[in-house]
Amino acid sequence: MSQYQNILTIVQISGPAEDGMPLPRGDSERRGTPKMSRLLGWIGNAQLGPIYLGYLGSLSLLFGFIAFEIIGLNMLASVGWDPVQFVRQLFWLGLEPPPAHYGIKVLPPLNDGGWWLIAGFFLTASVLLWWLRVYRRARQLELGTHVAWAFASAIWLFLVLGFIRPLLMGNFSEAVPFGIFPHLDWTAAFSIRYGNLYYNPFHCLSIVFLYGSVLLFAMHGATILAVGKYGGERELEQITDRGTASERAALFWRWTMGFNATMESVHRWAWWFAILTPLTGGIGILLTGTVVDNWYLWGIEHGLVSPLPDIYPDVVDPAAQ
Amino acid sequence: MQLWIPFAASAGALLAVASFVGAGWDAPPVESTQIGYRGTGMYLEQDVEKLEALKVANVVPEAPWEADPEGDRAGDLYENVQVLGDLSDDQFNQFMASITEWIAPEQGCEYCHDLENLASDQIYQKVVARRMIQMNQAINVDWGDHVGATGVTCYTCHRGHGIPLDYWVDDQEPKPASNMSRAGQNVAGTYSGNTSLPQNALMDYLLGDEPIRVHSLSALPTGTNPAGVKETEKTWSLMMYMSESLGVNCVTCHNSRAFNDWDQSPPQRVTAWHGINMTRALNTDYLTGLAPVFPAHRKGPEGDVFKVGCATCHNGVQKPLYGVSMLQAYVDALDKKGPTDVPDYSTYVPGETQVMGAQAPTTSSALPPRTTVADAKD
Repeated sequence: MSQYQNILTIVQISGPAEDGMPLPRGDSERRGTPKMSRLLGWIGNAQLGPIYLGYLGSLSLLFGFIAFEIIGLNMLASVGWDPVQFVRQLFWLGLEPPPAHYGIKVLPPLNDGGWWLIAGFFLTASVLLWWLRVYRRARQLELGTHVAWAFASAIWLFLVLGFIRPLLMGNFSEAVPFGIFPHLDWTAAFSIRYGNLYYNPFHCLSIVFLYGSVLLFAMHGATILAVGKYGGERELEQITDRGTASERAALFWRWTMGFNATMESVHRWAWWFAILTPLTGGIGILLTGTVVDNWYLWGIEHGLVSPLPDIYPDVVDPAAQ
Repeated sequence: MQLWIPFAASAGALLAVASFVGAGWDAPPVESTQIGYRGTGMYLEQDVEKLEALKVANVVPEAPWEADPEGDRAGDLYENVQVLGDLSDDQFNQFMASITEWIAPEQGCEYCHDLENLASDQIYQKVVARRMIQMNQAINVDWGDHVGATGVTCYTCHRGHGIPLDYWVDDQEPKPASNMSRAGQNVAGTYSGNTSLPQNALMDYLLGDEPIRVHSLSALPTGTNPAGVKETEKTWSLMMYMSESLGVNCVTCHNSRAFNDWDQSPPQRVTAWHGINMTRALNTDYLTGLAPVFPAHRKGPEGDVFKVGCATCHNGVQKPLYGVSMLQAYVDALDKKGPTDVPDYSTYVPGETQVMGAQAPTTSSALPPRTTVADAKD
């Protein structure tokens, strides 16, 4: 059994498509005729569709598409509408926020950051509408709203980076550009400018929760796969009606490290770790440049920085001489 | 089902493809040398194969012969010797033989000289060469803080080519659509280590005099630091260029935990600081002033002259030519200043001999004159 469903779901049960519970009055219909796909069944549920769009989902997709188009067309224009350069340099291309001298002016010239603001507006609207949709769908299905709040945590970081912090700093040039390498370069330059984010305690917390999330995910995923041959993947049933899979998983961890999470609590662990990653990260970003201008020097003042011996006693700033 | 086989094969195939199309990856083995205090991560990482190629490419050529400093002066023997007139006849001829090998080994004397009349300034290369000899002398005499006692010769940059292989120009390619801009960045930049960082940082720092430093010197904001993330990206672009030019990492000059802190910076950072100032001075005082002399095909796509950068001398090596000095054989030619006057190149007419100091300007720079080179910031 060494290969038992470790990579793909090989054993698939097929039956009539599931239409789902009837929707409340006022909701639009779910769209699409359900299809069965063995290929999809390998990595998830074999049934594709129907999907509920509604006006929130439709508007969100439309706004997201507009933002995507604005960014993509700006990238194409940035290399003179040359399709070859567009493909070659795709990872390098970007759309920059307006220069600092425009401050928080609502619409600077389109070719000098205006398009960035418009794209940002549509992307933000799209994300917020999608959040509403996630919240509303959960209520309609009479679920808890945990997914919406986890998503809200990610949106918090997104808004801090692109909107709230730039407002506090007084100009949009502090915001993140769109683009693959441009946004990565921004991240590193941001850390350099503000004296090394490594010494920002909220950055530390965010990394703890990020790495913690990865660890928890690995532990949980591995545990469930490991008891898969006893039906361990049917987690919800196992919470209320413990079978041998749940027992073995629990005993494995208790005997390995003395303590074990339960089928229920392990998901609380994962949920909080995931939520706290962008939540603490967003606080760290928000404090940078607004409250603290050089995290390394702040770290020195607060005992975070380990001192080094003066190994270059002869080196002095030549500009100060 | 044995699925790991197709998965492993796909991963292997992807890696193989990526290693061929990947952007200049350093294949192992990589040599790692500790260059800073333990625990600070200050290691110099170098690709062993590239290092071998660099060692072969950076060998110092021997002087053709040892020149006799005695005898009649070249300025008395030959016509139109405006800079090297104080050399002896033998020194002068030895230097001419060397400069031919250094700069035009295939074309020979006629690269600069009209063979019918060696004194003639008919060929523009001769006018440029005269100014470049002045530049070389100025580097060795005035910029000891950067070049040390090792000094430079024409060969440090030229390496057997009329135009040094590494120079830089205003780079606007690929041009954005009309009415559009990309804020001077976000394409793979030739002079920014192929990053998407600003592609013309060298224009601002190695020709212009914009502040390079972006850090605040207090923990809390004081509202006095005008630099933001965009300025930081531009500084970083310059740093990428320097790093690529010298084949070194950030930590050769910085402790990366506090890039700006001089107390933790290796002494190489001081040398580099002087190097930035020197390069800027060479570009403003020597290269840009020669704009009227250079023909169009010796200028960049935007019409600016080829300019000096770190890579022009360093050629991928931390100490050019691995720190071997060539200067002993050319002390009188290159390690002393001859006349420092400059003709007015704006009135340059090809073929006409301009005598230095005959006109008023004492600088060839096309830019407004600076007070002195030494008080340049950063």
